[in-house]
Amino acid sequence: MNETFSCREISRGIVEGEVLLSQDQILFYHADPATGVITERGHCLEGISVKGKILVFPGGKGSSVVQMDGMYKLEQHGTAPLGLIVREPDTVLVSSAIIMELPMVDRVEESFYDTIQNGDRIRIDTEHQVIQLLERRRDL
Amino acid sequence: MELTAYQQELLDGVWGKGKSMAMQILVGIGKCFDAPRLVPITRAHVSLSAQEADLWFSGKLLAAGASCAVPPTVNPGYSLDYFGGQISEAAVENMRQVDQTYRQLGARMTYSCTPYLGDNVPDCGEIVAFSETNATIFVNSVLGARTNRESAASALCAAVTGFTPEYGMLLEENRFATVAVEVQATLRSDFDYAVLGLMGKKIGKGVPAFLGLPREISTEALIALGTQLNVSGSFDLFHIPGVTAEVRDMQDAFGGRDPQRRVVITDEDLEKALETFSPSPSGPIEYCILGCPHYTLSQLEEVAELLAQKASQVPIYILTSSTVKARARECGLEQRLLDLGAQLIPDTCVDEACCWGYLAGRPGVTDSPKGAYYMETSGIQLAVRDRATCIRWAQNGSVC
Repeated sequence: MNETFSCREISRGIVEGEVLLSQDQILFYHADPATGVITERGHCLEGISVKGKILVFPGGKGSSVVQMDGMYKLEQHGTAPLGLIVREPDTVLVSSAIIMELPMVDRVEESFYDTIQNGDRIRIDTEHQVIQLLERRRDL
Repeated sequence: MELTAYQQELLDGVWGKGKSMAMQILVGIGKCFDAPRLVPITRAHVSLSAQEADLWFSGKLLAAGASCAVPPTVNPGYSLDYFGGQISEAAVENMRQVDQTYRQLGARMTYSCTPYLGDNVPDCGEIVAFSETNATIFVNSVLGARTNRESAASALCAAVTGFTPEYGMLLEENRFATVAVEVQATLRSDFDYAVLGLMGKKIGKGVPAFLGLPREISTEALIALGTQLNVSGSFDLFHIPGVTAEVRDMQDAFGGRDPQRRVVITDEDLEKALETFSPSPSGPIEYCILGCPHYTLSQLEEVAELLAQKASQVPIYILTSSTVKARARECGLEQRLLDLGAQLIPDTCVDEACCWGYLAGRPGVTDSPKGAYYMETSGIQLAVRDRATCIRWAQNGSVC
């Protein structure tokens, strides 16, 4: 298995990791820095850790300050996600990812979203602007 | 992206590492949003927060030798004069460092989230970089200035370099209304406009034009509307034909096009929105917190009026700017409020856990949905009601 999908670099980097899908927008301020667990009530990832994952999510939210503070605290505690794949980037999310040097891409070809599942292993390579599907989640 | 010779020099580090860092971030943002170029800004407002990442990033720029080409005004952190004796040494030291860092970067230490009321007021059409969602939407909508919804960091980078990428709200074609919001509800106080701002989900994405509103709307009501729209959703700009700067009528607002969506807001919608956001509480109230965003002088006068018959039984904390506090002091209003149980706290934001953490688990009331939303992160549960109700509960020491 080695499917590849085109994408666009927003914040540079090459990372490999497990996919974590979110239907809801994410504010990293609402994650516990000690564990990376999303704490926002009613969020589809409530109780789930973003630590070491490649997050596939619609976009960010929140005020002009707290997104970066949330990311920074996760980074400091080693509980940050490895990479971000976003559908609709906003200025706050984009500047936070660039400053925190957290690899982020958008404009991923649509078939990626049809294919990808929680737990799949993927590789983001912003230099070549591609995402590779490395391995399907095992228990399927 | 096309850069001018000077912009390329900034990027290449000819003018120092700090400017180059800021430029790299702006170019990254510009590329993401397909900006063809960077354009000069005349003003900036940075949502300083005194949080960890804020000090880390501003410190990093300073250490790299950055200074501001356009001195920005800044958001509140927390007042050491007021909180100095009751917060940890570390928190005192943190705020000192934030103050020093921004000062050395060349910022104007205004510590207010309503800079557009006096400290930093853009004209219609002026290109600026304002962070702080309530300030961004106010200067875009009410004043007709042009800014994207900057993050604290991107606004600081714009201040350091004097440039911002040209995209989004800077472009004429993105500033037309797309959603017609017909307001059938009756709006009486600025709080009613705050509740209207909670309808962000129903309004949906886009630039709303509010129709059916009175021609005379107070500045405070316009502040409340924009602020709370960014609690219930993400909005850069709204129009009210005949009221806000850029639009006289429907034609101006929609640029001759049909609205993509029509939404009707009734009294019932507003009642439901408030009840959902803050269900009716019962029992004792231990404090009242007002001033998110910072209260204006006339809001302070209204509080004094409401308290005139009977002083508050519980502390009323009112957040405001140093400028407004000084004016209230000069005219005797601050003393009058103090005598009635209301303290003015300058330079401070509700979202500072080190100052307000002690209120966690204790019932209080506020007139700001935004204040309640952000204080909840520190475990503080606030009921949200209009100013008159807040004061009545405070006078009574309980919900009544």
